[in-house]
Amino acid sequence: MVPRAETAHWLAASVALFLGLLLISELIVGREVFRRRAWRAYLFPSLVVVSSVFLWLIAIFSTFSTMHLLAHAVWAQAALLAGAVELAVVRGKLRHPSWSLVPAFALLVSGTAFLLHEQNAWLYSRSAFLHHAIGWMLVIVALFPLGRAIQPGRTVWRMGYALTFVLLAVLLYADRDAAPIFGRFGIGGGP
Amino acid sequence: MSSDIATSIPREREQPGVERSPWRPFVLQLLGPLTILAGLVWGVAQPYRILILDRDRGGDLYDYVFQGPLLVIFVGLMFTVLVAPGLVSDLAASKDDGPAS
Repeated sequence: MVPRAETAHWLAASVALFLGLLLISELIVGREVFRRRAWRAYLFPSLVVVSSVFLWLIAIFSTFSTMHLLAHAVWAQAALLAGAVELAVVRGKLRHPSWSLVPAFALLVSGTAFLLHEQNAWLYSRSAFLHHAIGWMLVIVALFPLGRAIQPGRTVWRMGYALTFVLLAVLLYADRDAAPIFGRFGIGGGP
Repeated sequence: MSSDIATSIPREREQPGVERSPWRPFVLQLLGPLTILAGLVWGVAQPYRILILDRDRGGDLYDYVFQGPLLVIFVGLMFTVLVAPGLVSDLAASKDDGPAS
Protein backbone atom coordinates (compact mmCIF):
# COMPACT_ATOMS: atom_id res chain seq x y z
CA MET A 1 0.00 0.00 0.00
CA VAL A 2 1.86 3.05 -1.27
CA PRO A 3 1.09 6.26 0.65
CA ARG A 4 -0.15 9.33 -1.13
CA ALA A 5 2.38 12.04 -1.93
CA GLU A 6 1.13 14.32 0.86
CA THR A 7 1.46 11.50 3.41
CA ALA A 8 5.04 10.86 2.28
CA HIS A 9 5.73 14.59 2.64
CA TRP A 10 4.31 14.64 6.18
CA LEU A 11 6.48 11.67 7.15
CA ALA A 12 9.49 13.46 5.68
CA ALA A 13 8.46 16.54 7.65
CA SER A 14 8.46 14.48 10.85
CA VAL A 15 11.99 13.23 10.18
CA ALA A 16 13.10 16.80 9.39
CA LEU A 17 11.50 18.08 12.61
CA PHE A 18 13.25 15.42 14.67
CA LEU A 19 16.57 16.21 12.98
CA GLY A 20 16.01 19.90 13.72
CA LEU A 21 15.34 19.18 17.39
CA LEU A 22 18.49 17.05 17.57
CA LEU A 23 20.65 19.80 16.06
CA ILE A 24 19.11 22.47 18.30
CA SER A 25 19.73 20.33 21.38
CA GLU A 26 23.33 19.80 20.25
CA LEU A 27 23.70 23.56 20.02
CA ILE A 28 22.29 24.00 23.53
CA VAL A 29 24.49 21.45 25.29
CA GLY A 30 27.56 21.74 23.10
CA ARG A 31 29.13 19.13 20.86
CA GLU A 32 31.25 17.57 23.58
CA VAL A 33 28.31 16.76 25.85
CA PHE A 34 26.10 15.73 22.94
CA ARG A 35 28.65 13.16 21.78
CA ARG A 36 29.15 11.64 25.21
CA ARG A 37 26.88 8.80 24.14
CA ALA A 38 27.82 7.19 20.87
CA TRP A 39 24.26 6.43 19.75
CA ARG A 40 23.37 10.11 20.05
CA ALA A 41 26.40 11.19 18.05
CA TYR A 42 25.53 8.78 15.26
CA LEU A 43 21.78 9.45 15.31
CA PHE A 44 21.74 12.49 13.01
CA PRO A 45 23.96 11.09 10.24
CA SER A 46 22.29 7.68 10.48
CA LEU A 47 18.83 9.21 10.10
CA VAL A 48 20.04 11.15 7.06
CA VAL A 49 21.38 7.97 5.48
CA VAL A 50 18.17 6.03 6.27
CA SER A 51 16.15 8.91 4.84
CA SER A 52 18.16 8.70 1.65
CA VAL A 53 17.21 5.02 1.36
CA PHE A 54 13.53 5.95 1.71
CA LEU A 55 14.04 8.68 -0.86
CA TRP A 56 15.22 5.98 -3.24
CA LEU A 57 11.98 4.10 -2.56
CA ILE A 58 10.03 7.26 -3.27
CA ALA A 59 12.02 7.68 -6.49
CA ILE A 60 10.91 4.20 -7.48
CA PHE A 61 7.23 4.61 -6.64
CA SER A 62 6.73 8.28 -7.46
CA THR A 63 6.62 8.07 -11.22
CA PHE A 64 4.47 11.04 -12.13
CA SER A 65 7.01 12.15 -14.68
CA THR A 66 10.63 11.77 -15.66
CA MET A 67 11.36 15.07 -13.91
CA HIS A 68 9.93 13.69 -10.67
CA LEU A 69 12.00 10.53 -11.02
CA LEU A 70 15.18 12.50 -11.64
CA ALA A 71 14.47 14.99 -8.83
CA HIS A 72 13.81 12.28 -6.25
CA ALA A 73 16.91 10.38 -7.37
CA VAL A 74 18.99 13.55 -7.02
CA TRP A 75 17.66 14.14 -3.49
CA ALA A 76 18.39 10.54 -2.55
CA GLN A 77 21.96 10.82 -3.80
CA ALA A 78 22.47 14.21 -2.15
CA ALA A 79 21.12 12.96 1.20
CA LEU A 80 23.21 9.79 0.99
CA LEU A 81 26.36 11.79 0.26
CA ALA A 82 25.69 14.30 3.05
CA GLY A 83 24.82 11.54 5.53
CA ALA A 84 27.92 9.56 4.67
CA VAL A 85 30.16 12.58 5.16
CA GLU A 86 28.46 13.44 8.48
CA LEU A 87 29.00 9.83 9.59
CA ALA A 88 32.67 10.03 8.72
CA VAL A 89 32.97 13.35 10.58
CA VAL A 90 31.39 11.88 13.71
CA ARG A 91 33.58 8.79 13.38
CA GLY A 92 36.64 11.04 13.20
CA LYS A 93 37.68 9.92 9.74
CA LEU A 94 37.14 13.39 8.32
CA ARG A 95 38.28 16.34 10.41
CA HIS A 96 38.68 19.38 8.20
CA PRO A 97 35.86 21.95 8.47
CA SER A 98 35.72 22.21 4.69
CA TRP A 99 33.80 18.90 4.66
CA SER A 100 30.80 21.06 5.54
CA LEU A 101 30.87 22.03 1.90
CA VAL A 102 29.31 18.64 1.14
CA PRO A 103 26.02 19.32 3.04
CA ALA A 104 26.06 22.79 1.48
CA PHE A 105 26.34 21.21 -1.96
CA ALA A 106 23.60 18.69 -1.07
CA LEU A 107 21.23 21.47 -0.01
CA LEU A 108 22.01 23.50 -3.12
CA VAL A 109 21.44 20.53 -5.41
CA SER A 110 18.23 19.56 -3.58
CA GLY A 111 16.89 23.10 -3.83
CA THR A 112 17.71 23.29 -7.51
CA ALA A 113 16.00 19.95 -8.10
CA PHE A 114 12.90 21.24 -6.28
CA LEU A 115 12.80 24.32 -8.49
CA LEU A 116 13.47 22.49 -11.74
CA HIS A 117 10.96 19.69 -11.32
CA GLU A 118 8.04 21.99 -10.42
CA GLN A 119 6.66 22.93 -13.78
CA ASN A 120 3.74 25.07 -12.59
CA ALA A 121 3.94 28.69 -11.48
CA TRP A 122 4.09 29.77 -7.83
CA LEU A 123 0.35 30.43 -7.48
CA TYR A 124 -0.94 27.40 -9.40
CA SER A 125 -1.65 25.34 -6.27
CA ARG A 126 -0.39 24.82 -2.76
CA SER A 127 1.88 22.02 -3.91
CA ALA A 128 3.42 24.25 -6.57
CA PHE A 129 3.76 27.12 -4.12
CA LEU A 130 5.51 24.91 -1.59
CA HIS A 131 7.84 23.39 -4.17
CA HIS A 132 8.98 26.88 -5.14
CA ALA A 133 9.22 28.01 -1.51
CA ILE A 134 11.16 24.93 -0.40
CA GLY A 135 13.40 25.08 -3.44
CA TRP A 136 14.45 28.68 -2.84
CA MET A 137 14.70 28.06 0.88
CA LEU A 138 17.12 25.18 0.35
CA VAL A 139 19.20 27.21 -2.09
CA ILE A 140 19.48 30.06 0.43
CA VAL A 141 20.13 27.94 3.52
CA ALA A 142 23.01 26.22 1.74
CA LEU A 143 24.86 29.31 2.97
CA PHE A 144 24.76 27.95 6.55
CA PRO A 145 26.95 24.87 6.04
CA LEU A 146 29.02 26.96 3.64
CA GLY A 147 29.55 29.48 6.42
CA ARG A 148 30.37 26.64 8.81
CA ALA A 149 33.09 25.49 6.43
CA ILE A 150 34.61 28.97 6.32
CA GLN A 151 34.04 29.96 9.96
CA PRO A 152 33.57 26.71 11.90
CA GLY A 153 33.55 28.44 15.29
CA ARG A 154 30.57 30.71 14.68
CA THR A 155 27.32 29.58 16.29
CA VAL A 156 25.13 31.43 13.81
CA TRP A 157 25.92 28.96 11.01
CA ARG A 158 25.10 25.93 13.16
CA MET A 159 21.93 27.60 14.46
CA GLY A 160 20.87 28.41 10.91
CA TYR A 161 21.57 24.83 9.84
CA ALA A 162 19.46 23.48 12.73
CA LEU A 163 16.55 25.84 12.06
CA THR A 164 16.70 24.89 8.38
CA PHE A 165 15.27 21.47 9.26
CA VAL A 166 12.51 22.97 11.41
CA LEU A 167 11.49 25.36 8.62
CA LEU A 168 11.63 22.52 6.10
CA ALA A 169 9.34 20.50 8.37
CA VAL A 170 6.82 23.36 8.60
CA LEU A 171 6.71 23.72 4.82
CA LEU A 172 6.42 19.97 4.25
CA TYR A 173 3.62 19.66 6.83
CA ALA A 174 1.72 22.33 4.87
CA ASP A 175 1.76 20.19 1.73
CA ARG A 176 -1.49 18.90 0.24
CA ASP A 177 -1.98 16.87 -2.92
CA ALA A 178 -4.75 19.13 -4.18
CA ALA A 179 -5.57 22.41 -2.45
CA PRO A 180 -5.62 26.15 -3.03
CA ILE A 181 -2.57 27.87 -1.58
CA PHE A 182 -4.38 29.09 1.51
CA GLY A 183 -7.22 26.63 1.27
CA ARG A 184 -9.38 27.67 4.19
CA PHE A 185 -9.43 31.25 3.01
CA GLY A 186 -10.09 30.39 -0.61
CA ILE A 187 -6.99 32.25 -1.73
CA GLY A 188 -4.81 31.04 -4.58
CA GLY A 189 -5.37 28.62 -7.41
CA GLY A 190 -5.61 24.89 -7.03
CA PRO A 191 -6.93 22.07 -9.14
CA MET B 1 51.04 26.30 45.38
CA SER B 2 47.69 25.12 46.70
CA SER B 3 46.04 22.34 44.74
CA ASP B 4 42.70 24.20 44.97
CA ILE B 5 44.08 27.09 42.99
CA ALA B 6 45.90 24.85 40.57
CA THR B 7 42.74 22.96 39.59
CA SER B 8 39.92 25.46 39.86
CA ILE B 9 41.26 28.25 37.66
CA PRO B 10 41.74 26.17 34.48
CA ARG B 11 38.29 24.62 35.03
CA GLU B 12 36.71 28.07 34.95
CA ARG B 13 38.57 28.91 31.77
CA GLU B 14 37.92 25.70 29.90
CA GLN B 15 34.19 25.40 30.51
CA PRO B 16 32.71 28.86 30.79
CA GLY B 17 29.58 28.12 28.73
CA VAL B 18 28.32 25.18 30.74
CA GLU B 19 29.20 26.52 34.17
CA ARG B 20 27.46 29.84 33.62
CA SER B 21 24.33 28.66 31.83
CA PRO B 22 21.69 27.25 34.18
CA TRP B 23 19.09 27.85 31.46
CA ARG B 24 20.45 25.09 29.25
CA PRO B 25 18.77 22.11 30.97
CA PHE B 26 15.55 24.09 31.23
CA VAL B 27 15.46 24.96 27.52
CA LEU B 28 16.44 21.41 26.67
CA GLN B 29 13.53 20.01 28.67
CA LEU B 30 11.17 22.51 27.06
CA LEU B 31 11.94 21.55 23.46
CA GLY B 32 9.89 18.35 23.44
CA PRO B 33 6.84 19.68 25.33
CA LEU B 34 6.78 22.78 23.13
CA THR B 35 6.72 20.54 20.06
CA ILE B 36 3.89 18.49 21.58
CA LEU B 37 2.06 21.71 22.38
CA ALA B 38 2.46 22.86 18.77
CA GLY B 39 0.88 19.60 17.60
CA LEU B 40 -1.98 19.97 20.07
CA VAL B 41 -2.64 23.55 19.02
CA TRP B 42 -2.63 22.46 15.38
CA GLY B 43 -5.04 19.64 16.20
CA VAL B 44 -7.40 22.03 17.97
CA ALA B 45 -7.19 24.56 15.14
CA GLN B 46 -7.84 21.95 12.46
CA PRO B 47 -9.70 19.10 14.18
CA TYR B 48 -10.85 17.66 10.85
CA ARG B 49 -7.27 16.44 10.35
CA ILE B 50 -7.65 13.98 13.20
CA LEU B 51 -9.84 11.29 11.70
CA ILE B 52 -10.08 9.36 14.97
CA LEU B 53 -12.42 12.09 16.16
CA ASP B 54 -14.67 11.69 13.14
CA ARG B 55 -14.70 8.03 12.12
CA ASP B 56 -17.80 8.37 9.97
CA ARG B 57 -15.76 10.05 7.26
CA GLY B 58 -13.82 6.85 6.69
CA GLY B 59 -10.33 6.56 5.29
CA ASP B 60 -7.35 4.25 5.22
CA LEU B 61 -4.59 3.66 7.75
CA TYR B 62 -2.61 6.65 6.53
CA ASP B 63 -5.59 8.96 7.08
CA TYR B 64 -5.98 7.77 10.65
CA VAL B 65 -2.36 7.56 11.78
CA PHE B 66 -0.19 9.81 9.62
CA GLN B 67 -1.85 13.18 10.05
CA GLY B 68 0.23 16.29 10.65
CA PRO B 69 -0.82 17.14 14.22
CA LEU B 70 -0.43 13.53 15.37
CA LEU B 71 3.00 13.28 13.76
CA VAL B 72 4.18 16.50 15.42
CA ILE B 73 2.99 15.22 18.81
CA PHE B 74 4.75 11.90 18.15
CA VAL B 75 8.04 13.63 17.28
CA GLY B 76 7.79 15.77 20.43
CA LEU B 77 7.14 12.67 22.52
CA MET B 78 10.09 10.81 21.00
CA PHE B 79 12.41 13.71 21.74
CA THR B 80 11.05 14.13 25.26
CA VAL B 81 11.35 10.44 26.13
CA LEU B 82 14.42 9.30 24.21
CA VAL B 83 16.77 12.25 23.81
CA ALA B 84 16.16 14.99 26.37
CA PRO B 85 16.61 13.00 29.64
CA GLY B 86 20.02 11.65 28.64
CA LEU B 87 21.18 15.05 27.48
CA VAL B 88 20.11 16.71 30.73
CA SER B 89 21.89 14.09 32.84
CA ASP B 90 25.02 14.30 30.68
CA LEU B 91 24.95 18.07 30.99
CA ALA B 92 24.71 17.77 34.78
CA ALA B 93 27.50 15.18 34.78
CA SER B 94 29.70 17.45 32.71
CA LYS B 95 29.26 20.19 35.33
CA ASP B 96 30.19 17.76 38.10
CA ASP B 97 33.15 16.29 36.26
CA GLY B 98 34.62 19.55 35.09
CA PRO B 99 35.95 19.52 31.54
CA ALA B 100 34.66 16.44 29.77
CA SER B 101 37.26 13.98 28.65
